[in-house]
Amino acid sequence: MSKQTEKPDVGTTGHSWDGIEELNNPLPRWWVWVFYLCIAWGIWYTIAYPAWPGIKDATAGYLGYSTRGEVAADIKAVEDANAALTAELASVDLATLADNAELNQFAVNAGGAVFRANCSQCHGSGAAGAKGYPNLLDDEWLWGGRIDEIAYTVSHGIRNEQSFDARGFGGEMPAFDGVLADEEIDAVVAHVLALAGEDHDAALAETGATLFLDNCAACHGDNGEGSLAATRSYEDPEDLIANGEMTGAPALNNKVWLFGGDAATIRESIVNGRAGVMPAWNEDFRPAGGLTRAEVNAVAAYVHQLGGGQ
Amino acid sequence: MSSSETPPPLYAAREPVFPRRVSGKFRNLKWWIMLVTLGIYYLTPWIRWDRGPELPDQAVLVDMAGRRFFFFWIEIWPHEFYFIAGLLIMAGLGLFLFTSAMGRVWCGYTCPQTVWTDLFILVERWVEGDRNARVRLWNAKWDARKVRLRLTKWVLWALIGLATGGAWVFYFTDAPTLFVNLLNGTAHPIAYTTMFILTATTFFFGGVAREQVCIYACPWPRIQAAMMDEDTITVAYREWRGEPRGKGKNRDGMGDCIDCMACVNVCPMGIDIRNGQQMECITCALCIDACDDMMEKIGKPRGLIDYIALKDEAREREGEPPAPVIKHILRPRTILYTALWSLVGLGLVFALFIRPDIDMTVAPVRNPTFIVQSDGTVRNVYDIRLRNKHGEARPFGMALNSDTPLSLEIEGADGSLVMVPADEMRQIRVYVDAGPDSAAATMDRTEFTFWVTDLNSNERAYTNTVFNGRGN
Repeated sequence: MSKQTEKPDVGTTGHSWDGIEELNNPLPRWWVWVFYLCIAWGIWYTIAYPAWPGIKDATAGYLGYSTRGEVAADIKAVEDANAALTAELASVDLATLADNAELNQFAVNAGGAVFRANCSQCHGSGAAGAKGYPNLLDDEWLWGGRIDEIAYTVSHGIRNEQSFDARGFGGEMPAFDGVLADEEIDAVVAHVLALAGEDHDAALAETGATLFLDNCAACHGDNGEGSLAATRSYEDPEDLIANGEMTGAPALNNKVWLFGGDAATIRESIVNGRAGVMPAWNEDFRPAGGLTRAEVNAVAAYVHQLGGGQ
Repeated sequence: MSSSETPPPLYAAREPVFPRRVSGKFRNLKWWIMLVTLGIYYLTPWIRWDRGPELPDQAVLVDMAGRRFFFFWIEIWPHEFYFIAGLLIMAGLGLFLFTSAMGRVWCGYTCPQTVWTDLFILVERWVEGDRNARVRLWNAKWDARKVRLRLTKWVLWALIGLATGGAWVFYFTDAPTLFVNLLNGTAHPIAYTTMFILTATTFFFGGVAREQVCIYACPWPRIQAAMMDEDTITVAYREWRGEPRGKGKNRDGMGDCIDCMACVNVCPMGIDIRNGQQMECITCALCIDACDDMMEKIGKPRGLIDYIALKDEAREREGEPPAPVIKHILRPRTILYTALWSLVGLGLVFALFIRPDIDMTVAPVRNPTFIVQSDGTVRNVYDIRLRNKHGEARPFGMALNSDTPLSLEIEGADGSLVMVPADEMRQIRVYVDAGPDSAAATMDRTEFTFWVTDLNSNERAYTNTVFNGRGN
């Protein structure tokens, strides 16, 4: 057990460099067989799986495996597993969706995916919207915030040519440049600021009130309460979807602004007009890239539960 | 290198090892350790533990689907994985401690490879006889007797392997149910696959590969070399007492070693301990038993092969007695390992006792940071995970505490009450509103605290978070 000074009695490989010899501790025989086996397996693998590169693509391998194929199979397996729920979702009465906990959960999760893929480009990944694109989290809805109203808006879109039933035709905000004089526009801006409860020139707003009633109130309502509130006040609130009276004119007497609530932006809206367009998403109107009935219902359920739904 | 030389072979066939039966105190200790460790392994899944009607009643259960680990009265959730990490650290430090104090004591006594190989050798001896009979059988032609003995042995090994793989799957689902399902063929294919793989590996490692696993496959022997020093107690041969070795009655000028080869014949690794410490030696101490037995027969003192520290060699060569074992074991290194091990252990015990039965995680929604409602109210949204570790559904009350007025609303709930199912996590979305032009609405950030109360037990938990105002 003393410190080892002599070399162990195992022989050397015969290799010697500057007097340093390599001892030979032979590996077990099966080790080298495992090594040969690995080589054989490697050759088999390049035949069985895509491996050898050619000019345009690689050999396909006799097992016909591809990662794309595997992903497609996985997706199909998930879709097959959810087929019953998807069919149920396509024909569900949206008003009662919340009572069916399992279907509702499925709709919200599926709708989140639909939203991120199709809606988030304009409305934002968190649905907070952007200038000209409505925030879907707050409590102002231009076209109705009930789940069936949201589904209708998604299906048919707003002010677009694809769907005959799209809402908002003829309801766009006209440009008042040349219709109203500059001073008159300033007065209307002051009145709108007054309606919203912001700082304003009281005298100018007084002038603007009359101009507002003459030019703006038809869509925005006498007190700037917006088209939806105005429509709902005299129409059957349960049947807004078929209502062609809706213009989508925003409420002006609150703190939510689609394009911006400062004097300069309000002036810009009046001078140039506004007409936001949303495409129709139902596949009936969009053969390429449209959403199925179930996907429309799913995304409506998702948007409805984000916090602003009514 | 000249071409005339024939290079020596780089590969060699495995030398078969036929360990002889041995008896003695270390062999007895190893039998007991085998009984206890295998007993724990095979029987633990069958221990029952009542946790109430909604939770499994298996004492030790790794519930992968439910993401729970049950260990008697302890239940670990995925976010408490640090308990497992802590136990692994303790296992590592424990190995360091035992290795620096007593060498490869883990390898020699408790490593599953050692224990199952020991069991397989025991079966081999029952079927084929002791060392000499096995050597004869190895060299014999394949006649009916050899086939019968080999088949018997292999079937017994396969049954042990099957029990080993079977016991493993019982840790992952209710054992009695799975046992019935396994028998009538309705268990999940993963259960059968796992059992098959573990049966095959047990058979192969314990029956065929044996010492080669330790020599060629296991990294631990290499790591251990770095943890041993002169005070580490290892199995060694008292060369100064034994040499020159030799057979024969005339012992003039001869050492105590009579070259009976008992130490070599019992060695499961197939080495000769008299060549000094070797990489292959797992310090199973069977050679000590074999040699002591022989020394007693020839009337010499025991301990020609013994547990010795390297430091004692010089002393013994000088004719001094070895230092007491305690002096070897108690040294800064082992004390440090013990201290670290205890520190982690105490930390885990402490964490176990202070961890709450209810728990809350608050994730403020940052996209967007705030929402302005039509009346000017500023709203923040929070995703809150409520955890109920009780075995029954509990009503949780949500509240918030802040210096400025804020109100709280829960999506899909009337009021502030949430039912959280038994032993589950429930995620809720909470809206916090600051009135138009209130302090919190106009400030950039307002700190406040969420409180959750288990209304049955009045346990409470809180989390500090931030309300983002519109900043003007």
